[in-house]
Amino acid sequence: MNTKSINRLIDSAKLLLVVVIACLLVSLIILSVSEEPGVAISSFFLGPFTSLRRIGNIFEGAVPLIFTALAVTLIFRAGQFSMISEGSFFIGITGAMMVGIALPLPPVVHPAVALLTAGIFGAIAAAIPALLKLKWQASEVVTSIMLNYIIQFFALYLVNYHFREPEASSLASLKIAESAELPCIIPGTKVHLGLIIALVCCAVLWFYIFKTRQGFRIRLVGDNARFSSYVGIKSALVMVGAQILAGFVAGLGGGVEFLGMYTRFKWTSSPGYGWTGIAVALLARRNPILVPFAALFIAYLEVGSGIMARSSDVSAEVVDIIQGVIMLMIAADALLQGWKQRLIVHSATEGGKA
Amino acid sequence: MSVLEQIFSAEFVAMWLRVATPLLFASLGAVICEKSGVVNLGLEGIMLCSALAGVVGSAYTESLLGGFLCGIATGLILSAVFAYFHLVMKANSVLCGTAINTFASGFTIFILEICTGEKGNSSSLRSFSFGTLDIPLIKDIPVIGEILSGHNVLTYVAFVMVAVIWYMLYKTPLGLRIRAVGENENAINSVGISVNKTRFIAILLCGVLTSIGGMYLSMGYLNMFVRDMVAGRGFISLAANAMGQCSPIGTMCSALIFAFFDGISNILQLLRIPSEFVQMVPYAATIAGLVIYSIQKTESEKRKRRMLGKKVANNA
Repeated sequence: MNTKSINRLIDSAKLLLVVVIACLLVSLIILSVSEEPGVAISSFFLGPFTSLRRIGNIFEGAVPLIFTALAVTLIFRAGQFSMISEGSFFIGITGAMMVGIALPLPPVVHPAVALLTAGIFGAIAAAIPALLKLKWQASEVVTSIMLNYIIQFFALYLVNYHFREPEASSLASLKIAESAELPCIIPGTKVHLGLIIALVCCAVLWFYIFKTRQGFRIRLVGDNARFSSYVGIKSALVMVGAQILAGFVAGLGGGVEFLGMYTRFKWTSSPGYGWTGIAVALLARRNPILVPFAALFIAYLEVGSGIMARSSDVSAEVVDIIQGVIMLMIAADALLQGWKQRLIVHSATEGGKA
Repeated sequence: MSVLEQIFSAEFVAMWLRVATPLLFASLGAVICEKSGVVNLGLEGIMLCSALAGVVGSAYTESLLGGFLCGIATGLILSAVFAYFHLVMKANSVLCGTAINTFASGFTIFILEICTGEKGNSSSLRSFSFGTLDIPLIKDIPVIGEILSGHNVLTYVAFVMVAVIWYMLYKTPLGLRIRAVGENENAINSVGISVNKTRFIAILLCGVLTSIGGMYLSMGYLNMFVRDMVAGRGFISLAANAMGQCSPIGTMCSALIFAFFDGISNILQLLRIPSEFVQMVPYAATIAGLVIYSIQKTESEKRKRRMLGKKVANNA
């Protein structure tokens, strides 16, 4: 076995371990708090597959996660820890809403313009912490998280003061024009065109990160910024570029989610897809091609927890607990390293004998 | 009353100290962590869990002490998990912290629902709070008494802690070790002190302080737990620590600055500004503070480099 296949084996074993532990933990939590654990466990694990509509829910739930996970992937690949995908996603929703309500455009053009606006809004948001770091070395972790709060309140202000449905009792925006909605692609579910857009984005970003020069630069800067500066790459600019592109992707995701699933803006706080996107991106080993699978897995857990909360006495927050644990375990680089070491030593000594 | 009058009143100063308390605790925790070379992004989640643990613990043990111990224990457990995964399992500290925060936001609501049957707040639990303290003599002096006396016990503890942490860091062997690990881990390794053990201790100490800050929110500032009540204070504390250049005194000053804007936002609510903008103020102030600090830091570094260049040129 060569080192590459050992790496692959260890990676898959780690993934399997994480998934198994996640599922065991769900069961354990349910067993310890529920009075009807059988119902809860079966509705959690099997519930999502019991009808076409619920299977559809998994795919719908995966769409926003794919976008935010792609954004996180780009940012992490460039060695940055900006948490802006949450804010970019939310401002993307807002941008799409503004175009959807205010601009009268023909079908096809309308969603295209709305999505472009969403992406640009997201990119602008992501540029702020990136530029603050480029110019003055202000930590992008904290500034991006603070900016997420600011964006949340700014978006709520826009809805509340400029796009609010006057007759609604709770916060809701006006209805967006029908011409802006993304069409449903699978009858009987709410799975919309956004799924296709998300998958295309995965393919494009995979190509971009692994097959283009710019993508190579991003990976190089992320692995060792000082080295890449020595070989003549403008590391700082590459980092900023990656973050702005990531912001565009996250913003686009916000637009897609809004135009595909909603007709009004009804959020009262930022929905948290950006944070979940981190778990998805880590689960996908920061590889865009694997992002859809990781997103489907997390979406499956979310749909399952929703069904469980409706049909038993266990609340849906179980899924957040699990996500935290998954993140912790995936991030643990030393997990299974001992085994890997032994495999490498073993293959090396065997190679010596032969 | 105009806004300015409000700001220059004794009540405002008193409120300022109240909102500064949780920031002080958490940012002092951040100081210890950062001195040992660990960025603890999990402060937010630790505060949140401890805030709930304090309320639930005091309600079930029917004593304040029980709640306090519960909160501290929760902070210690989460910190130990963070430390184990970061130090032993070599997980990136930002990811570790984010994982703790994700866990905390779900876990607190989950436990809240089990204990009270609702997901919003713990008002149905009969929990205890930390009392207020009237300082004899001082409380009778007109304005000063109003400002200095009658605060929550934890507010006084927070300010005392600034001195205690300063003493710990600069005057005790443990403090020396923590600082040395942060400065140069190879050096400290070579004199036979375990880097990981020292960092583990630093993270646990940080956990204790942070959990007191969290408990203050639910057992002092308010008298119940509200979901997501920490609202970014953990992150603001990290910013305060960065701006205070990791020194207890400097961090206290920056925490007070951020708390000032938190207090201002409470007053601005009386004006006819959209409430969303008012709510932005503490976060915007944090970004502004960080940026101003960073500008000043990069400028002084540039100046130093220029001076050094001149010196080299003169010598040659």
